[in-house]
Amino acid sequence: MSTTIPGAATAEGSLPTQRGYWGTVGYRLRYDPVTLFFAALLLLIILSAIFAPLLAPFDPYQESIIRRLKPPGFRGHMLGTDELGRDVLSRLLHGGRITLLMGMVPVLVATLIGGGLGLVAGFAGGVVNAVIMRVMDVFYAFPSVLLAVAISGAMGGGVGNGMIALTLVFIPPLCRVAETATTQVRNLDFVDAARATGAPLRLVLWHHVLGNVLGPVLIYASSLTSVSVILASGLSFLGLGVKPPEPDWGLMLNALRQAIYVSPLVCAMPGIAILLTSISMNMLSDGLRSAMDVRS
Amino acid sequence: MFGYVVRRLLAAIPIALGVSMVCFALVYLAPGDPVQTLLPPDADAETVERLKRLYGLDRPLPIQYLEWLWRVMQGDFGKSIATGRPVLDEILRSLGNTVLLATLSVLIAFSVAFILGTIAGRRTGTWLDRIVTGIAVLGVSIPNYWLGIVLVIIFSVELMVLPASGMAGDTFDPTSWEHIQHVVLPVFTLSMIPVGIIARTTRSAVAEVMNQEFVVTLRANGLPEWRVLRHALKNALPPVLAVMGLQFGTLMGGSILVETVFSWPGSGFMLSKAILNRDVPVLQGTILVLAMIFVTVNLTVDLFQSSLDPRIRRG
Repeated sequence: MSTTIPGAATAEGSLPTQRGYWGTVGYRLRYDPVTLFFAALLLLIILSAIFAPLLAPFDPYQESIIRRLKPPGFRGHMLGTDELGRDVLSRLLHGGRITLLMGMVPVLVATLIGGGLGLVAGFAGGVVNAVIMRVMDVFYAFPSVLLAVAISGAMGGGVGNGMIALTLVFIPPLCRVAETATTQVRNLDFVDAARATGAPLRLVLWHHVLGNVLGPVLIYASSLTSVSVILASGLSFLGLGVKPPEPDWGLMLNALRQAIYVSPLVCAMPGIAILLTSISMNMLSDGLRSAMDVRS
Repeated sequence: MFGYVVRRLLAAIPIALGVSMVCFALVYLAPGDPVQTLLPPDADAETVERLKRLYGLDRPLPIQYLEWLWRVMQGDFGKSIATGRPVLDEILRSLGNTVLLATLSVLIAFSVAFILGTIAGRRTGTWLDRIVTGIAVLGVSIPNYWLGIVLVIIFSVELMVLPASGMAGDTFDPTSWEHIQHVVLPVFTLSMIPVGIIARTTRSAVAEVMNQEFVVTLRANGLPEWRVLRHALKNALPPVLAVMGLQFGTLMGGSILVETVFSWPGSGFMLSKAILNRDVPVLQGTILVLAMIFVTVNLTVDLFQSSLDPRIRRG
């Protein structure tokens, strides 16, 4: 893992220098302004969600009958007010917390479970592999939106059930990526050599296999975050995720949808938040993929 | 080839059984007694008991599953709680409308994305390539339920040129201007993700083919560039067609959000209504049918692809 990838440093015409793998990745990222821009944007979105209580100009739950559906700029409401007279900007800031949480936690959990299962399936091979991968095939046989809707719909909705549903949706693809990578590494000479020298299985997995499997799995997981945020908001949009009056981007979009004839501009706001988040996640994932030199 | 087809078909059987088990289990995921979910909430205890015996819910789970599977294979999906009609009738009535949306969206997405992807793949690294790649990223990043709302705001609310929702009739009539108008926005909205994905696939397929030796040979022989491109595209087409097929399957099962936005009377909209009404038989039946369609489409794509290119046959 510590070899310098040829061609990485020659971009500036100098000889390849000793940088190490992660050094090379960092070097490439530093000269990728597009990825850096979207990374900064994503960081900004995450930070403004975390510090929402400090940043929000109004109470996100404060309703007002006389201030319903006011346009952006109305008496300090920078992005206008919603159908119950609540400040849209404050609700977007607060809503980011639950939307991002509901989008990112499932990917994280699925990476651990799916990646782990894939590692085991790929390394063990044989019957274990067959059992794990055939079960995954079954869940693979559902389109992701359908599976998420089916599970959370049957469980009766709610944030927790939505996150469980999304986790189940992401386990099979992550498992497949990990299994493929592990199977490729398992039969390489250096793994055989390590085992032949009597290294315990735990160490072989940790040092020789995991290091080569982690890259593809993490890159794939990062590409799923944008899907996950869109799906999580989609579940709330269908009434299956966050329940009112809690602020959430998908839920806000659904509620404001009734008001497109009165206040079209305000209706578009929650979707713009989702779009900016998912685009930053996709661009960051693409940038990492090429920086880490992982083939899709 | 024949042996391969048989093997793939046999391999699909356990997957289909697994899918049916997941759908069967959906009822048990619901909070509370499964009988309660099959009945309106105000049903009395006697009715609950009667239904329990009727559906065999007092028997062990594996037996229940087999009995349910047997009924489903005969086309008996139970009755909708909301309308009282057989679930299968409801599904068949709405499925055609979803097939219509998915087919049109994928065809349009393919025509647009194949051109975009070819432009980008021929000259990777140019500004044209960057624009196409940007469009592709945008396509998969836009929440399509939001795009639908924005399009309604622009074309229905502000410009008033296209209808905001519905379908204008029970079945689609391609000769009716009104029917066509109703299709435009949902199809455009639904085609965004496939445009992104197909453009990306085309781009990398074309870029790979353009680097192959036979292209160099064709050029060296003095063939005009458009004829070189024709040869190259023929070779780039199979993976793109495969992705297009898979996207059709995904749209069939994934149009629920867009159909809800446009109140399009397809299976996705029915599913979202079933969730709101807690109409579990409709939920279960629709998901089973859509997942089976997805499995069938994937299998067809695989067989089609391996008949074009035997190298990619799976074990």
